[in-house]
Amino acid sequence: MPNDSREKILRRIREALSVKAPARHLVGAHQSGHSPQDWLPPVPSSRADLIALFEKNSADLKTEVRRCADAAAAATVLASLARDNGWKSVGSHRFSLGNDAVSALGLPVVFTDAPYETASLERCDAGISGCECLVAQTGGILVTSASAGGRVLSVLPPHHVVIASASQMVGDLADAFALLRKTEGSVPAFASFITGPSRTGDIERILVLGAHGPKRLTVLLVES
Amino acid sequence: MSSESVQFHRDADRLTHDLRHRAWIQKALGGYYVKRDEQKAKYTDWQQARATAAAAKYEAVNHLDKYLVELSDKLAARGTKVFWAADGAEAAEYIASVARDAGVKRIIKSKTMTGEEIHLPQALEKAGLEVVESDLGEFIVQLRGEPPYHIVFPSMHLTRGEIDETFQKKLGSAHADTPEELTMIARDVMRQKYCQADMGISGANFAVAETGHISITENEGNARLSTSLPKVLVSIVGIEKVVPKLDDLATLLPMLATAGAAQNMTCYNTLLGGPRQPGETDGPLEFHVVLLDNRRTALLADPEQRDALHCIRCGACLNVCPIFKNIGGHSYGTTYQGPIGSVITPHLRGLQSWKHLSFSSSLCGACGETCPVKIDLHHHLLQNRRNAIAQKPVWWEMPIFAGFAWFMRRPALYRFAAPMLRLFEPVMRAIRGMDIDPASMWTRTRDLPPVPQQSFKEYWRARHAKR
Repeated sequence: MPNDSREKILRRIREALSVKAPARHLVGAHQSGHSPQDWLPPVPSSRADLIALFEKNSADLKTEVRRCADAAAAATVLASLARDNGWKSVGSHRFSLGNDAVSALGLPVVFTDAPYETASLERCDAGISGCECLVAQTGGILVTSASAGGRVLSVLPPHHVVIASASQMVGDLADAFALLRKTEGSVPAFASFITGPSRTGDIERILVLGAHGPKRLTVLLVES
Repeated sequence: MSSESVQFHRDADRLTHDLRHRAWIQKALGGYYVKRDEQKAKYTDWQQARATAAAAKYEAVNHLDKYLVELSDKLAARGTKVFWAADGAEAAEYIASVARDAGVKRIIKSKTMTGEEIHLPQALEKAGLEVVESDLGEFIVQLRGEPPYHIVFPSMHLTRGEIDETFQKKLGSAHADTPEELTMIARDVMRQKYCQADMGISGANFAVAETGHISITENEGNARLSTSLPKVLVSIVGIEKVVPKLDDLATLLPMLATAGAAQNMTCYNTLLGGPRQPGETDGPLEFHVVLLDNRRTALLADPEQRDALHCIRCGACLNVCPIFKNIGGHSYGTTYQGPIGSVITPHLRGLQSWKHLSFSSSLCGACGETCPVKIDLHHHLLQNRRNAIAQKPVWWEMPIFAGFAWFMRRPALYRFAAPMLRLFEPVMRAIRGMDIDPASMWTRTRDLPPVPQQSFKEYWRARHAKR
């Protein structure tokens, strides 16, 4: 379909903007040189404090955080999750922190970093992925296609398990954006902050977990 | 009176007297106030956060042409098709043509108030397509054939019993007692729909010019699924949604969550900058972004109220509005309810038909005070009143005000009239609110203050006479 309206809309905008609006919204706002830390919820500077804040926010969000001394310990926790919850198959992708842990499960794996069937991922009991970084201020997990096995793995199976290194902890969203530009060169076509398991309050404003996405979210935080 | 005004007064009158409804809404919002204040208290400086958010939106809205072109170019660079739609019909026609070209039958839709505004689902259904709302609240009101009650909480007016009844009737589900069971019924229905749909439709909360992304805020995960599983994705974006920089979101995303849903951050905040890229194994093969004007440029052309385009649709002004809390969301008869709806609807759909909304305000200022992007809402309500009268004066009001002014400037007449009023007071009380009362429009719902037995002047004279 031809798009004739582009110029029409831009012309209307330019005509409208030829009359200036009062600039009262700029009064009182910080000029450049200030960081969001000056107004957003405070973020500590040491890594240990960042992790403590992430854990506190996660508890409020009902994200389970399990500290693991090393990758082997994470594999043990993952195996116990699989056992306790009776997982029959899992979805995952290849990432250094997770490869051994996932293969040690001895379960059928749907890998989403190669072409895969949506229906078979939908039947999986859990999705196991890495992430771009963890955000202490919000208790968030930033996922991208490259870092978390595509756009779907982190949201379709009913239990999402993230295996992340403690060194992936950042302070706030601005830090996460900066990291994203650094590691991926530019901001990729898909990126999502996951802040707790899927939830809804649409019925009587009562919180229910697992509206459409995962009912459970577990972060295995590898400390070494 | 316009037919919209007649409907508004009728529904508002009915719901104001519905005490069960009022109690229900108060209860639903009560929890929000507590949680919102808890979240706000965590900010180092909430007022500075508001100032920062307002400044970012001011910059975007006042250089809209520049940022829209940047957004459009950056989106296109990664293979997104950008379509500029002057009005709703153009947008719907384009989306229907995309569906036709891709052989689409089934559409799964996540929440978009902009889509609601242009009646997109109805237009697509008319074109023979199945459209399913995936947001739980939207799904519930869609099953009931109702419009959303609130821009953020579409089904907040319904009890679990009413929802259970709807599900039993429309989905054939078994009786369910708890919100959790009901949510799981919807989850199971929707899981099938995601996998079957060949097109996803979403809205956008923000669009980042600098990097060419739209940003979608949600809690349920339905937008994540709707935007990644179907092979075609269309996102409908009002032109005012653009922000200059990605870093603006570092402030705007937490604020939207706090103001809108009393959360630290909502569950999923997703940036979408293109269809499936080389090296990706999933995601839509086609991604279309529809930039919609639909008279937003008319609002832009009013410099006094231009800041109404800052709105991030958080719904905070609805939640604190005494009018909203009494008359409910449906009475407005608009896509956007509450103070922001009363301000922008006259610009989007005609001042004379919708001016009545600006008159239904107590001018308490709660909306302007709570707005996270500092829209001067309560003053805009006054400006709409002024503009409506200037455009179309009410012929019988003018002589009344002129007569009132003439009378008030004549002390002798006033001195004569005050005792008359005292004399007539018993009669006025007897007929108050009845049809024969000439002031019944006013007195039916308001108390008549007692006429003082002494004017101030008389009191003063008497006091001095005693000395």
